[in-house]
Amino acid sequence: MANVGYSKKVMEHFMNPHNVGVIEHPDGYGKVGNPVCGDVMEIFIKVKDDIITDIKFRTFGCGSAIATSSMVTELAKGKHVDEAVKITRGDVANELDGLPAQKMHCSNLAADALHEAIKDYKNKKQMK
Amino acid sequence: MPRIYLDHASSMPVDSRVFEFAKPYLRESWGNPSSLHSVGLEAKRAVEESRGKIAEFIHAENESTIIFTGGATEANNLAVKGAALRNITKGKAVIASTIEHMSVLNPMKELQKNGFSLTMLPVDSTGIVDLKKLDSILTKDTVLSSVMYANNEIGTIEPIKDISKIVHEKGGFLHVDAVAAGGRVPIDVQNEGIDLLTLSSNDLYGPPGAGVLYVKPGVKIQSVLLGGGQERGLRSGTENVFALVGMGEAARIAQQEMKQESSRLLPIRDKFIKEILQIDQSYLTGHPTLRLPHHASFRFSFIEGESILLNMDMYGIQVSTGSACSSKTLEPSHVLLAIGLKHEEAHGSMVLTLGRSTSMEDVPVVSKATNETVQRLRRLSPMSQEWRN
Ligand code: FES
Repeated sequence: MANVGYSKKVMEHFMNPHNVGVIEHPDGYGKVGNPVCGDVMEIFIKVKDDIITDIKFRTFGCGSAIATSSMVTELAKGKHVDEAVKITRGDVANELDGLPAQKMHCSNLAADALHEAIKDYKNKKQMK
Repeated sequence: MPRIYLDHASSMPVDSRVFEFAKPYLRESWGNPSSLHSVGLEAKRAVEESRGKIAEFIHAENESTIIFTGGATEANNLAVKGAALRNITKGKAVIASTIEHMSVLNPMKELQKNGFSLTMLPVDSTGIVDLKKLDSILTKDTVLSSVMYANNEIGTIEPIKDISKIVHEKGGFLHVDAVAAGGRVPIDVQNEGIDLLTLSSNDLYGPPGAGVLYVKPGVKIQSVLLGGGQERGLRSGTENVFALVGMGEAARIAQQEMKQESSRLLPIRDKFIKEILQIDQSYLTGHPTLRLPHHASFRFSFIEGESILLNMDMYGIQVSTGSACSSKTLEPSHVLLAIGLKHEEAHGSMVLTLGRSTSMEDVPVVSKATNETVQRLRRLSPMSQEWRN
């Protein structure tokens, strides 16, 4: 049925997104706005010995924005922060079996939010 | 899962009576109406009969006012460019309301690029055009003003008779895009003082690929599509006989059944509005009473329309939205911005357009699905948490 050309995987993550919510007192927090269409995404991380032990997100956006947020949290979970920071929008889109061309910018948003959260974690760590 | 289709403004099924009526023109009477032999004449007769039905449908002076086109977009282009360019010696100013369809706005903008002055006519927060403003922006150079009969995204019906009076005091022509209104509310081009009127076949349950531009006797326009000179030279191209014949029959049926069907849909629409507005932070868009009988449009704070559409589709319910994410340009609907919504408010829009398949039984199913959709998406949204705190 109608899915605007979204893959099955995108629809699965849209309907049942993983890691939704908020972490109180996160070790890192990233929030980004989508300059293209005006949407907002935020990511919270909990980090132990530089490993991302918990991650949560919230997104105000389209189906693909929700699916890419869900996917990026899945990819980052359990990873070393230096590994997680290398996750690109291309990785996210590939894991979702691709995104329609006009929706690639949404996957930027997800990767950017993750990178912001890791940056925030590193800044905080330095301050300690 | 039963399907509940509530996106009739986008596409409608062809009425089976229309299909049966027009079917022979695909395989039995497949002549070219321009041919002078008997096979051609048979097709020509059917097209002319259809023209007559459409003239009657909008109470036109006679059937030669009806110009067939390949669809409503083409009819709007023909009206705007055809009227402005043909009457260029009278003036080079045009007016369009801010909520016109893109097939009116884009030709208008092209005229502007080519030296016409284009003035936009604003609407209020319910979508009704500002009549005082119209009076003040009309000049003796205004050759054409375009205001739609009713808007497809917010359902608002414009006061066409008043608009026509104001426009004609200054002497220009009035074009009315009646795609959304056709078959929903009665249209009388003579009584309402309309010079040019656009209709779409599919929006009357007719075959897609046909449209009409009504051109009042005495109103001069020029062709935008040049060729063999069909349709009084105003729209060249071999006629799509099947679609044109179907459109006439669809108009005849619509004329016969519109009153009954609209009064059947009205209470269903009102119930939809009542139920859906129970949702926290939900709003009706468009006019509360001066609206098309099959049209209910909303916006919900903190969430985005493409996700609403996808989520509703999972319940087997098809709706539409004016959100930026769902549009090809990634711009929010110009109509929602024109009624004063902020970008993020326009984001959460949902449009329901009812049709012959809609029944009162759909209301609780759709309301429940809408409520669950909105709640689920709000749980995902950072905006709604900020609002709760
Ligand atoms: S978030 Fe707007 S298009 Fe994806």
